[in-house]
Amino acid sequence: MTHIILIFIAAAVTNNFVLAYFLGVCPFLGVSKRIESAFGMGLATTFVMCVAAILTWLIYHFLLIPFNLLFLRNVTFILVIASAVQVVEMFLKKFNPVLYRALGIYLPLITTNCAILGLALFMVMRQYNFFESVAFAVGGGVGFTFALTVMAGIREELEMADVPASLKGAGITLITAGLLALIFMGFAGIIAT
Amino acid sequence: MIKQLYQDWIKGIWRNNPVFVQLLGMCPTLAVTTSLINGIAMGCATCFVLVASSLMVSVIRRLIPGEVRIAGFTIIIATFVTVAELFLAANFPLLSKTLGPYVPLIIVNCIILGRAEAFASKHSPIRALADSFGMGVGFTLSLVLLGSIRELFATGGIIGTRILPASFENWVVMIMPAGAFLTLGFLIGLFNMIESKLKSHKVTMSQGHMTQVKNS
Repeated sequence: MTHIILIFIAAAVTNNFVLAYFLGVCPFLGVSKRIESAFGMGLATTFVMCVAAILTWLIYHFLLIPFNLLFLRNVTFILVIASAVQVVEMFLKKFNPVLYRALGIYLPLITTNCAILGLALFMVMRQYNFFESVAFAVGGGVGFTFALTVMAGIREELEMADVPASLKGAGITLITAGLLALIFMGFAGIIAT
Repeated sequence: MIKQLYQDWIKGIWRNNPVFVQLLGMCPTLAVTTSLINGIAMGCATCFVLVASSLMVSVIRRLIPGEVRIAGFTIIIATFVTVAELFLAANFPLLSKTLGPYVPLIIVNCIILGRAEAFASKHSPIRALADSFGMGVGFTLSLVLLGSIRELFATGGIIGTRILPASFENWVVMIMPAGAFLTLGFLIGLFNMIESKLKSHKVTMSQGHMTQVKNS
């Protein structure tokens, strides 16, 4: 049990998906302008991550390994993820149109969010069992939402700040992300690995 | 024709540079540029996938129905990434181990899908080739720049050759994630500064030209 909790905490905080593994940096820079949309994006991504982790784990262990089809890993994973995103998109459109419109173009882009495919690949490479994989997915999603929301909060303040002209936009955002990554390095001591 | 191809090629290197201008493909850009060698390897692998999939997409662009084109492009890209991954694992096992999951992650590199959707699916194979090669070279150059700067400050030299004086205290933070974000942030700032200088230079040049014309 503690083992699973440790995987969760590691994915969420100490080895944060965005700030330590650089997974999902595109939405991290793109959707972090407003706290509400950042939080919504985080939740949608977390959900897709859990669905994708469960599906890819099952497919990997019950289809790819028994039939010796490991060379199809990349193609299968990306197809599973694309279908999961499609389902989430239809679901949101029906049940939460406000969030659907707020996310806009970024929703289909979850497919090309490296965090999802990265999660599936890390999970397979580290040979996690089923429950470890789920904990890893939830932790990764929480960590992604956390980083995205914190960044959005900072960027809302940054709009008022006096930033040098050439650093406006992407430059200052990346530097802020660098400082955030430094802060997250401070969490490294919580878990003895 | 040649001029057109040159235009398609050159725009990826500076004016539409995938990393510094379009901010695409951030994940590998930041993750693997801890050293120059890693940057080059990642750049070449991405360049190969980019060129091969653009070419393929362009060749079969009339056969893919519009509704499923993204899925189709993704499968093409995933196939070429698998080729690159197996090639790296067979010939450069050490490198393939350091890059780890970031090689299969080329699939979700937005540059590749972006070029397939925005350019290759609308233009002839030869123009798609020029465009994707330009983007690939632009991406590789950015990775090389980022990788060498980070390696230089983190270890005081590049590929084992010490460049900075011995009294230089190595900045370990540069190979950490934070160093990647900070370096890229400042590089983008520098890029914008040069770009705006160039622009204002051009504007004054053309204004000077206009007054000359008026005077004559």
